[in-house]
Amino acid sequence: MSGWWNPTLWNLALATAAITAAIVWGIVRTRRRGLPAVRRIAGVAAIEAAIGRATELGRPVLYVAGTQDLDDVQTVASLGILSAVGRLTARHGCQLVMPTTRSLVLAAAREILRESYTAVGRPDSYAPDMVTYISDDQFGFAARVDGMITRQRPAACFLQGAFYAESLLLAEAGAQAGAVQVAGTGMSHQLPFLVAACDHVLIGEEFFAAEAYLTRDADKLGSLRGQDLVKDAALAVLVGGAVLVSAAEFGGWRWLAALRDTLLRLLQV
Amino acid sequence: MNPEPALSTSVEVWIGAALSLMVLSFLWRDNPCYKVAEHLFVGVSAGYWMVMGFWSTLWPNAIVKLVPTAARVTDPTAGLPAREPLIVIPLVLGCLMLLRLWPRLAWLGRWPTAFAVGTTLGYNLVRYIRSDFLAQLHAAVAPGLVIAGADGAVNWAATVDQWVLLAGTACALAYFTYTRGGQGLRGGMARTGLMVLMVAFGASFAYAVMARVAVLVSRLQFLLGDWLGLV
Repeated sequence: MSGWWNPTLWNLALATAAITAAIVWGIVRTRRRGLPAVRRIAGVAAIEAAIGRATELGRPVLYVAGTQDLDDVQTVASLGILSAVGRLTARHGCQLVMPTTRSLVLAAAREILRESYTAVGRPDSYAPDMVTYISDDQFGFAARVDGMITRQRPAACFLQGAFYAESLLLAEAGAQAGAVQVAGTGMSHQLPFLVAACDHVLIGEEFFAAEAYLTRDADKLGSLRGQDLVKDAALAVLVGGAVLVSAAEFGGWRWLAALRDTLLRLLQV
Repeated sequence: MNPEPALSTSVEVWIGAALSLMVLSFLWRDNPCYKVAEHLFVGVSAGYWMVMGFWSTLWPNAIVKLVPTAARVTDPTAGLPAREPLIVIPLVLGCLMLLRLWPRLAWLGRWPTAFAVGTTLGYNLVRYIRSDFLAQLHAAVAPGLVIAGADGAVNWAATVDQWVLLAGTACALAYFTYTRGGQGLRGGMARTGLMVLMVAFGASFAYAVMARVAVLVSRLQFLLGDWLGLV
């Protein structure tokens, strides 16, 4: 379908507008009424503790932003967490080591860390060599990072981003080195490995919320508030929809069947 | 009668076997053999992907679209594609990345990065709402009783599946809310949701471990069969 508007996807446009409106509402409400109370996420609390431990031991912190490029939203989310981690390492005077697997991620990570170190008044502690490029090949990258972990013995390893089969290789090397490991990913197939081999794991959505938790930024926490509203709506559609579909199927009322068809058409993409 | 074991005479197999053993030596401890394999792997893979990036991305998507006759460099019989002058825009953005090599112009390197991040977020916003939100809801909304056939008999196994799916999805969704209280019904649902996630991870872990064992078996077959000729 050419052109700017595809009429068959009107429900997608409606859903996008509704979700965007909910998030904007969350941000505006937070700006006016203050930060919302958020439940504790153990993995996020562990990030700061792990950096503190690394500082006390005088050993580096290793950060891996996944193995995907900037066109993966998880990599973008990971760079947000990196920004907060960079501020903490700069504040504590702790060495940060970040191997990357993509040139764009290398460039973006350097910019982000430069900003973070400058923001806390430690621009002199920033060095571009903190972030290094290894290889675009996932197992070449994993082999190198495993070697780095074994030789440099970081006190904390943060594996945050999109991972594939290399996830367990990285996490296992960190566990062998005795590092406190905090992982986070939205890759559902890799989560079991990270749960098994790491001390704390940010599971799916928690990983995307971590930056808001770490920075306590009003807009980001407001965005979480809006997203929760969307999740409540999804929960209502899920439970209410199942009841409606069952009633329409077995009740025999025509108006219920029409309502069910409308709901299913709304969700059909 | 089993044939006599025969060592491979192929140089490639010997190199592959030696590198396999050098990498596996990491299980004992970090050692010079592993370091050699590691550096070789990183160097070869980085070089390989750079060449691949040039010939599979830069050449067909930039050079050939700007200078169509360049298509005949790699394939003398290839037809000439239409010239696409707009390709200059991403090419310039790519070149801006190289300006990082000059500190005074390094700030221009932020533009392609910003473009990549912005495009990613914009593109994925709609994609995820479509596939991870609406499509998932559509699949989960189903009748509470699954009828097996024309006689109206209830398929109880499929019905239980449907209820587990619905309850598991609802509870997992409750777990991923952050600004609501963790008490009462929602708290109970969230705790149940976490248990559902862990059960799912356990099943997924076991499945994936089997796949990894298959990879190990494949490597052992290479060492014992292709190389040593024992199996």
